[in-house]
Amino acid sequence: MCNKFTVKKISAITTILLVFSTTVVYAGVGGEIDVSGPIDLKQLLIFTLIFLGGLGIVFGVALAFAAQKFAVKVDPNVERVRDILPGANCGACGFAGCMGYAEAVVAKPDVSPNLCSPGKASVADAIAHITGKIAAAVEPNFARLMCQGGWSKSQKKYKYEGIQDCRAVILAGGGDKSCRYGCLGYRTCERVCPFGAITMTAEHLPFVDITKCTGCRKCEAACPTKVIEVLPASSQVLVSCHSKDKGVNTKKNCQVGCIACGTCVRVCPFDAPLVENNLSKITLDKCKVCGLCVPKCPTKAIFDFIPHRSKAVVLDHCIGCLICMKVCPVNAAYGEHKKLHVIDHTKCIGCGICTAKCPVQAIDGTFNATEVFAAAAAKKAEKAA
Amino acid sequence: MEFTKLFELIIAASLINNFVFAKYLGLCIFFGVTKKMDTAIGMSLTFTSVMVISAGLNWIIYEFIMKPLGLGFLEIVIFIGVVAGFVQAADTIMKKVSPGLYYRLGIYLALITTNCIILAVPLENVSSGYNFIESLFFGLGSGIGFSLAMIIMASIREKLELADVPKSFQGLPISFVITGLIALAFLGFSGLITL
Repeated sequence: MCNKFTVKKISAITTILLVFSTTVVYAGVGGEIDVSGPIDLKQLLIFTLIFLGGLGIVFGVALAFAAQKFAVKVDPNVERVRDILPGANCGACGFAGCMGYAEAVVAKPDVSPNLCSPGKASVADAIAHITGKIAAAVEPNFARLMCQGGWSKSQKKYKYEGIQDCRAVILAGGGDKSCRYGCLGYRTCERVCPFGAITMTAEHLPFVDITKCTGCRKCEAACPTKVIEVLPASSQVLVSCHSKDKGVNTKKNCQVGCIACGTCVRVCPFDAPLVENNLSKITLDKCKVCGLCVPKCPTKAIFDFIPHRSKAVVLDHCIGCLICMKVCPVNAAYGEHKKLHVIDHTKCIGCGICTAKCPVQAIDGTFNATEVFAAAAAKKAEKAA
Repeated sequence: MEFTKLFELIIAASLINNFVFAKYLGLCIFFGVTKKMDTAIGMSLTFTSVMVISAGLNWIIYEFIMKPLGLGFLEIVIFIGVVAGFVQAADTIMKKVSPGLYYRLGIYLALITTNCIILAVPLENVSSGYNFIESLFFGLGSGIGFSLAMIIMASIREKLELADVPKSFQGLPISFVITGLIALAFLGFSGLITL
């Protein structure tokens, strides 16, 4: 009943407005009607009003009736899912916009509920709750810049005067930087990011704010040199360089490029870096983000994304098992069997390995302490249940 | 029934006075759906059916209500209004009656209301004074002509994806140039029959 009334009202108002706009100027002209005598404006107006009003009413009623009779049932779950989704239409889930994903996740049983990377865990859980599916924990991904050659640290081939976009500069002989693998710095990624997570620094390098980055990969797709990579959040120590040029040439082009000297390979206790094609790359599944390679790199090409590494502290419930002493890469832990261990803060680099390896979680203070404790508590709860 | 006149109307509307190539109408849909062949075919089918029905509907409304009451000046407003209403009703009904057809062709329905040809055909029917059957056949001819135009364009544009087009011409500019060339070719039909 409500539908019908509103449609009629709207069509009536529209037709009245249309009538007054048309009749005033064009009364009696057009079509096959010839003006043969004086025009009876009053009658014309009345006919027009009745006709347009009538037509509006007829169509309004017919459409309202059709809408009622031929209504298609839309699954209300689709609307509920659509409301929870962020609505950025970024396409990271692989579907055509948020509506596409909402429809797919409700209708198809094999579509996972945790595909929305901007939504993160809260959205995945909510969708899992609505659709009755199980949301596996998905690790967030962040965009990481694989270049530190800002304009003051690197050489340029020529002076570029053109469209200030990396996609334009790359057309002019592969970019204006001497190093053809580096970040050009003309703000393409900043423009493309739908969440405003990228800002350009004074060095013309993009800075990714991980509190806003959702791992949607739009910057990765837009970058013409593919120097911005989307990697798992846990990969926090990376060789921030893509230069496959020989070390000599890399050094000429950029002060902070990787020269493939192999120092990181020698220093790493877990055998994570691999030098291939004049470039060192850290194998992510071997790296324990201890950060030992960072100060050892001669060109400072390795970047530590952990902002502040606080040092480890042994708590009171230490059982004296000697494990932390065995795993510490800098021998900062010391102590006797069955006695409380101590960590030497002058040596400790805050790598977090001892925190992870302690069997009773008696070490606190490092960047990964909260996660380690939470994981241990979850395991205990599972065991008890 | 003068079958020759009806046949001539179809030839005239589709080839000689092709709405896209001779009258430059309906261009935004023409360029929009001709990127792929299947969207072009879908649009052609939907457009032809909507065109025929709306030509008939508009003729009836004009002949029996507007002409006697002297409301000819309202033709533009009314014709568009009728088409919009009919398209909306068709959209709702099709969604329920045949969801398969709606899934393939339903998106084009809303686009048709914005097509200039949908207005041009009834206006031409009125000014040329065709009767009911003639209006329907004129609508059919315009639909056939539009379909022909779109299918030709789609087949060329699909090949164009692989061609070496200069960067500043890629996409719409080269399509416009090609439409102009096809229009030149269609000029060859002029004088084929004189109505």
